[in-house]
Amino acid sequence: MAKQNKLLTDRPLTIEEAYEARPRLWWVYTLIVLIVASLLTWSGTAVRFGGFATKGIEVAKGVGNGLLHPDTNLLFNLTTEGVPYQLFQTVAIAVLGTLIGGLLAVPFSFLASDKIVPKWVAFITSAVILIIRTIPSLVWALVWIRVTGPNAFCGVVTQSVCSIGMISKMYITAIEDIDVRILESLDASGCTAFQKIRYGILPQIIPNFISTVIYRFDINVKDATTLGIVGAGGIGAALIQCINSSRWSMVGAYLCGMVVLMLFIEFFSTRIRSKLTRGQ
Amino acid sequence: MAKKKEAAYRVPLFDRIFKPETITLPNGHTVSRPRSRTPLIAAILIAVVWASIQLTGFDIGIIIRRGHQFTYILARIFHPNFSYFSKVVGPLLDTIKMSILGSVLGATLALPFAVVASTNINKSALAVSLCRFLLNIIRTLPTLVIAKFAALIFGLGTFAGTVAITVFTFGVVSKMMYEAIETIDMGAFEAMESAGGDKFQSFRTACFPQILPTYLSYCLYSLEMNIRAAAILGYVGAGGLGLLINERIGWRDYEGLGMVLLALFVVVFIIENTSQYLRRKLS
Repeated sequence: MAKQNKLLTDRPLTIEEAYEARPRLWWVYTLIVLIVASLLTWSGTAVRFGGFATKGIEVAKGVGNGLLHPDTNLLFNLTTEGVPYQLFQTVAIAVLGTLIGGLLAVPFSFLASDKIVPKWVAFITSAVILIIRTIPSLVWALVWIRVTGPNAFCGVVTQSVCSIGMISKMYITAIEDIDVRILESLDASGCTAFQKIRYGILPQIIPNFISTVIYRFDINVKDATTLGIVGAGGIGAALIQCINSSRWSMVGAYLCGMVVLMLFIEFFSTRIRSKLTRGQ
Repeated sequence: MAKKKEAAYRVPLFDRIFKPETITLPNGHTVSRPRSRTPLIAAILIAVVWASIQLTGFDIGIIIRRGHQFTYILARIFHPNFSYFSKVVGPLLDTIKMSILGSVLGATLALPFAVVASTNINKSALAVSLCRFLLNIIRTLPTLVIAKFAALIFGLGTFAGTVAITVFTFGVVSKMMYEAIETIDMGAFEAMESAGGDKFQSFRTACFPQILPTYLSYCLYSLEMNIRAAAILGYVGAGGLGLLINERIGWRDYEGLGMVLLALFVVVFIIENTSQYLRRKLS
């Protein structure tokens, strides 16, 4: 205390004094380091490196080889077996899933923002959204397969449901950021409720909504590649079959296709989204 | 000057095909209004949706006809079998351990790569683009595929899961970090360099304090994502809750599945709230 008083003078501090008075948070740092270290040792107990699997080295070599020498026959095969068709189907699943999810998320997000509905309604809707978000997409897929059968349609339904969680979370932020003063001035100039929505609300939230949906589309394409593992359509099914039967050059072809597709989609979605936020 | 500006502005292809509408104002001036893009975008969207419906065999009738199956499963999931909890604890802890270890390892590995991949610190364009290319490829590989490879290479179990999460975290955090590093104020770095510090010293004293809060907040964010991702890795044999999820669904024991999901829900809820609290403190 005395030390602090000495420094609280009117004259500006010299460099040495300012350096002496720098905030010292060593105990905070020690605490953080201790917590992280103990968490690490605790989590280290579960993970024991048991050496390579019997065929481990072989698999690693196979994957490397397959990636360097992908099966070009499969890569440019235009039938339903080929990589292009599988990729198109994956993208199609993501397109429909994202669109439907984006539409379904609109009522959810309006019902979850306590600016618009009573507090208890907002609370219940947020809880539902949280539950939807927590259940992993793979589980959704497995549950929906009972309804639709193992096909691409199952992937669409799964993604529609899964997307609701994240999309509505981001919609809610957009809705809560709406500038209400614009609505007041529209009110003052005698606009009807419809005009207020058309000119006051929609221009504020539409760019945000579209940007969110495109961002989610990015994620969904990546997700759709794995949904195939449980049989919900897309490239994942073929990929996992090839991995299981150790056909590495085919694995390489599928992976190459996926990497190119993802890079392509990410490039365009980033461009469109930056255009949306900058306003053309 | 004005001429130069005109030359720099390229008329978009759309406006060259569909000429802008010319409007004469009351005072005699003319202005041109570009045609609306909405019909074109709508047409493309409709075409894409139609093609997607054909490709995926979209049929809303199935949902209406067989929807009761879904509500049947969902109803059973919402009646979790609490006596199953004792079997959930072990894999649940495994999942948490896997994601903590994987997040820490991945985030630590990501830092040097992020520095190499940021244009304002690394002046060698070749190194930057090589590093970014590598990071991009790693990021596009789905976690489940990485986990499948890891399980084949290192054998089934939590080690494979940890490897998968490490790789995934590495990809995500390094991308977010090099974007963060590129926005920092380089004045302090230059001052340190001109005062005689080498690159490493200047980075440590001038840049690191600037990016540290962002870095920590990204680490926490990736931990949040990883808990959820780790829960399904077991599906391909990489340890954790996924094994149980797979098994319960295989046996159609949806009450057990409900218990697994409930436990996951509680853990995700706690970790997300703690991490969001810490992240708010950081920013």
